[in-house]
Amino acid sequence: MTGGEASPGAPTPSDDSAASAAPDASGHPAAPAAASAVHAAPAEWTKSDRQIRREADLRRQARRSTSVATASTIVVAVLVVALVTASPGWPRVRETFFNPSQFVDAFPDVWRGFLLNVKIFLIAEPLILIVGLVVALVRTLRSPVFFPLRAAAVFYTDVFRGIPTILLIYLVGFGIPALALQGAPSDPVTLGIIALVLSYGAYVAEVFRSGIESVHPSQRAAARSLALSHGQTMRYVVVPQAVRRVIPPLLNDFVSLQKDTALVAVLGPLEALRQASIHASSTFNYTPYLCAALLFIALTVPMARLTDHLAARTTRRQMAGGHL
Amino acid sequence: MSLLTVEDVWKNYHHHSVLRGIDLEVAPHEVVCLIGASGSGKSTLLRCVNLLESIDDGAIHLDGTEITDVRTDPDDVRKRIGMVFQSYNLFPHMTVLDNVTLAPRKVHRVRPDQAEAEARELLARFGLADKAGEYPDRLSGGQQQRVAIVRSLATQPRLLLLDEVTSALDPTLVTEVLSVIRELKDAGMTMIIATHEMGFARDIADAVCFLEGGVLLEHGSPEQIFTAPEHPRTREFLQRVLEAGRL
Repeated sequence: MTGGEASPGAPTPSDDSAASAAPDASGHPAAPAAASAVHAAPAEWTKSDRQIRREADLRRQARRSTSVATASTIVVAVLVVALVTASPGWPRVRETFFNPSQFVDAFPDVWRGFLLNVKIFLIAEPLILIVGLVVALVRTLRSPVFFPLRAAAVFYTDVFRGIPTILLIYLVGFGIPALALQGAPSDPVTLGIIALVLSYGAYVAEVFRSGIESVHPSQRAAARSLALSHGQTMRYVVVPQAVRRVIPPLLNDFVSLQKDTALVAVLGPLEALRQASIHASSTFNYTPYLCAALLFIALTVPMARLTDHLAARTTRRQMAGGHL
Repeated sequence: MSLLTVEDVWKNYHHHSVLRGIDLEVAPHEVVCLIGASGSGKSTLLRCVNLLESIDDGAIHLDGTEITDVRTDPDDVRKRIGMVFQSYNLFPHMTVLDNVTLAPRKVHRVRPDQAEAEARELLARFGLADKAGEYPDRLSGGQQQRVAIVRSLATQPRLLLLDEVTSALDPTLVTEVLSVIRELKDAGMTMIIATHEMGFARDIADAVCFLEGGVLLEHGSPEQIFTAPEHPRTREFLQRVLEAGRL
């Protein structure tokens, strides 16, 4: 697990390949390439001239790649800006989408709305994790007694993954209040959260299920041979390993959920998109939408980077032969 | 009275019988080695004894009660049987200590501090005292397999099943695992050992069984099986093993 992070060329005395390569390293100043040297005790490793030259070449190559990348990025950016600003409609677009005074005017309201998006996200996310994990676990039950539960779980994932999220928000948001049931929620934010939980719960259940199935059956066999019950095997052996494996795809769904909180706007609560559209419709200027977009980006980009980082770490560990 | 009785056990996979009427008796403190080519049914037999596989005919008795009775709770049976696998199957997300104490704590309801004390004692007995806090992937294959043996011993089983426990190991690590098994024999543990280590089987077994194609072709003392096998198939198998330099 520790060896995998070493940069190429860095001395890794504990590394097997480095140790076994030492005795026959031709060009090594301290170990002459004579046959008798094979039996001599390997000397302390000092970088050979050949390796120093190789590393210098690598650095030169890396520098060249960086300059090429920088140059091409600048060229593309300049071309795009030139193309957009030279277009006949640009002055109008600049006025309606990039108006600084409109931006400043709308920002406080959009920001307040955005806090509601964050709140919806923070409430929905834990509920989604619970629903997803429970549904995934129900699907692992094998006993015929649990057939109805298992069938219900399959039905749930099939149906709610199939319905477009915005359609589900309409159905829940207008359908549940229309039932006029005693105690049924009528607050649009609550209804929006219910719809998001139903929709994302189905996705997250599948993510958890794939994680559970990725744990090798021999782990289950080992746990069962120790007389752990199915539930204990899941609780202590399978789920902890499954959750670690699905963290990157789960975070990816979180990123998606963060922006889908804007879909709740169709039910009317004053979240960011709704605030922006109120401003836009009273001024006929779309800059408030840009304002909302920037806020969503500011929230999702750090999450996306974290996801990439964790995914890369998982890959690295798997390549290093580690388990965690 | 025998501890384990396997009576005319059949096991089928998709119209193909992998166990064809196995009969076997194991007395308390007896060490039985199962030999035979891969696919001969050694592992399947062990998995059936542990109820990890259901059988298609016959019966298995442990301590005089039939464990293959459909009303038996498999977990009750497994509490009395330990199993060690070829690929160790340690839980990678737990430390060595947690691997060993999991079943005592969760299944046998031993107090955590007592479970830990007992686990540390066992680990120390098998030269693993300093590994208690390590995660399995930091250990060598031999150490991992010794931890797996300790894990199966922690619940004080009446019978230990060892399924080709040295097959995944580097030859230099095989001896450390075999010496652990030898120590268990000296301590009186009843064991059924599926193995490709003929020298070891000859040395440690009280009885050796040769399996081929799901049939127990020959059952006898190690001297008899290895020096004067009666069945021509046994002779052939041992000849091939000899040619491969494994005896």
